[in-house]
Amino acid sequence: MAKADLFGESLWDAYSNKVTTLMNNPQHQGEIFQEDVDKRGNKLIVADFGAESCGDAVRLYWEVDPKTDMIIDSKFKSFGCGTAIASSDVMTELCIGKTVQEAVKITNIDVEMALRDDPDTPAVPPQKMHCSVMAYDVIKKAAGMYLGVDSESFEEEIIVCECARVSLQTVQEVIRLNDLTTVEQITDYTKAGGFCKSCIKPGGHEAREYYLVDILADVRREMDEEKMKAAADAGAEGDFETMTLVQQIKAIDAVIDESVRQYLVMDGGNMEVIDIKTNDENIDVYIRYLGACNGCASSTTGTLYAIESTLKEKLSKKVRVLPI
Amino acid sequence: MQVYLDNNATTMCDPLVVEAMLPFFSELYGNPNSLHKFGTATHPAIKKAIDQVYTALNAGDNDDIIFTSCATESNNWVLKSIYHDLIQHGEKNHIITTEVEHPSVLATCRALEDDGVKVTYLPVNEDGIVEAHTVKSFITERTALVSIMWASNETGSIFPIKEISEVCQEKGVLFHSDAVQAIGKIPVDLTDVKVDFVSMSAHKFHGPKGVGALYIRNSRKLSPLLNGGEHMGGRRSGTLNVPYIVGMGKAIELATTNIEEKMASISAKRDRLEDAILELDDTFVVGKRENRTPNTILISIRGVEGEGMLWDLNNGQIGASTGSACASEDLEANTVMLAIGADNELAHTGIRLSLSRFTTDEEVDYTINHFKNAVARLRAISSSFAKQQPTEGGEVKECELHHH
Repeated sequence: MAKADLFGESLWDAYSNKVTTLMNNPQHQGEIFQEDVDKRGNKLIVADFGAESCGDAVRLYWEVDPKTDMIIDSKFKSFGCGTAIASSDVMTELCIGKTVQEAVKITNIDVEMALRDDPDTPAVPPQKMHCSVMAYDVIKKAAGMYLGVDSESFEEEIIVCECARVSLQTVQEVIRLNDLTTVEQITDYTKAGGFCKSCIKPGGHEAREYYLVDILADVRREMDEEKMKAAADAGAEGDFETMTLVQQIKAIDAVIDESVRQYLVMDGGNMEVIDIKTNDENIDVYIRYLGACNGCASSTTGTLYAIESTLKEKLSKKVRVLPI
Repeated sequence: MQVYLDNNATTMCDPLVVEAMLPFFSELYGNPNSLHKFGTATHPAIKKAIDQVYTALNAGDNDDIIFTSCATESNNWVLKSIYHDLIQHGEKNHIITTEVEHPSVLATCRALEDDGVKVTYLPVNEDGIVEAHTVKSFITERTALVSIMWASNETGSIFPIKEISEVCQEKGVLFHSDAVQAIGKIPVDLTDVKVDFVSMSAHKFHGPKGVGALYIRNSRKLSPLLNGGEHMGGRRSGTLNVPYIVGMGKAIELATTNIEEKMASISAKRDRLEDAILELDDTFVVGKRENRTPNTILISIRGVEGEGMLWDLNNGQIGASTGSACASEDLEANTVMLAIGADNELAHTGIRLSLSRFTTDEEVDYTINHFKNAVARLRAISSSFAKQQPTEGGEVKECELHHH
């Protein structure tokens, strides 16, 4: 929030002149009929995407020359708002004269760019970016129909944000490389989630396979685990002493998991870390024995010594282990 | 010609109202709380405005009508103070409202849920209303408040407020009604209909924006929302907004004097417009005409997306409204249309036309003509009316795109 957010401009004022012009006068609105295409010996492809009940629907018509796979004519019909009509119009414009194999490379980004008045100003406000995604989806579907393949096969990577066409791999990498902790940061770095917002979390405009909140949580968890494991493996003495309490507990758990717990479990027992108290000389780790360990004679002697020496070796010489 | 048909959003301030307000900006500008004559010079006008509001609503002398900044404030005040007085500092735990209230009620209720209040959101029936027996069946011993709008902003449907008030009285539960869309459009008689709290807003009946009121039956105790001075008997602090209070008084008087005549005149134009649009195939209007505010039409036009329709109307200098997908920030279907049981398809095709006493017959004729042209143009583009069906494999399953 800041001054510019206090009072937003009207949705329609943010449309480019091209969007406005094509909404008022779409150039390729109309139909191509089977009998006409048959007369010319060409192939008709008519693909629907969306439905009126979704609030968005488009029907794409291609007349394809079967000898060259060239799209010689294209039309559309659209149940949709102004930007959906304008996007569909530009989509058909971009298809004409291309082969089916070339047309399938047209993305929603190309459609949006073609609607811009100047290359640096978006053609539509962020929440309307999604309208151009349908154009991309319906092209893929039409190409799949013509080539007799599944339209999903044209997608080489998993796209998390369709509006900005950001892949799962990109999102994961940017979180790792830049140590991102919030969805807002992901949007700042990649634009993912900055448009229709469906991909941020469940419950948005449309259901998605992947959500930014989940990807962020998963990558952060992996990063934490790796950090702990690295800390545990390296025995990083200095590091352990400067860790926060939660990090220390995780680091201890990591060492226990790796070197101790399996022996306890083998004997029908287990243990958990209760608390850590640090003073100048010692880091006191309070643990509780569970199951068979509880009351076992060795739990105050040999086992305890084994746990303590492992933690001393892997984490810090200051560690003392105190069973409760 | 330009035609304003969005009077449920806001109205033109009646020039007579503006005229009544003007002296209170630069001539009679004293603070009514001051002892000197600059302050007291405003008193007759404020007393007159109070009288005008009491008369318009047939409120009793034991009732309070407190001026506020808007109906959003009035709604927040009732809900938050009932929470404070009867739930946080009392034995109650429950509020009943409807799914179709104004956001100032719904968002406040959701915020109260975070504080542990149980809130029941009643769905509306196919006529867009909630019936009294439904309300009755949800009242428990721990219900603190029933809050139900008098009339719907979206559909114009008039709720059975008298019957609901009787149910609440019988059960001993407080009853609040957001009457923003009723006052000035239909008779609201608060001696006949016993509601404990009523919210209202001046700019919905040709008064200025930024002033409203809360009616409180029998001067019932209700913690103030704004603490500060002793304005309005200590019930609502903040220097009295004299010109706006004067404007609200004048506006409510103008709107409610001979209201039956005004209603007949507006509904004649509304009905003519509605009948003309319904001549188009595959259109339908939500709610029974005789149970709607006389100025409102919510119409669904198959195959025509709401924002596209607004766009074409706007190109013809006609201002209308929609709650449909593309026009709103959140891109979702019109929740009121979903609540009345319309399927998703219709929820994206709703257009609301709301007239006023200033709407003329010429404007209605102009709108009919332009509306039909816009529907013809958009249906010519619409995939819903295309003749050539998808080729093999090109069909879609119903709504594979969105999941509501």
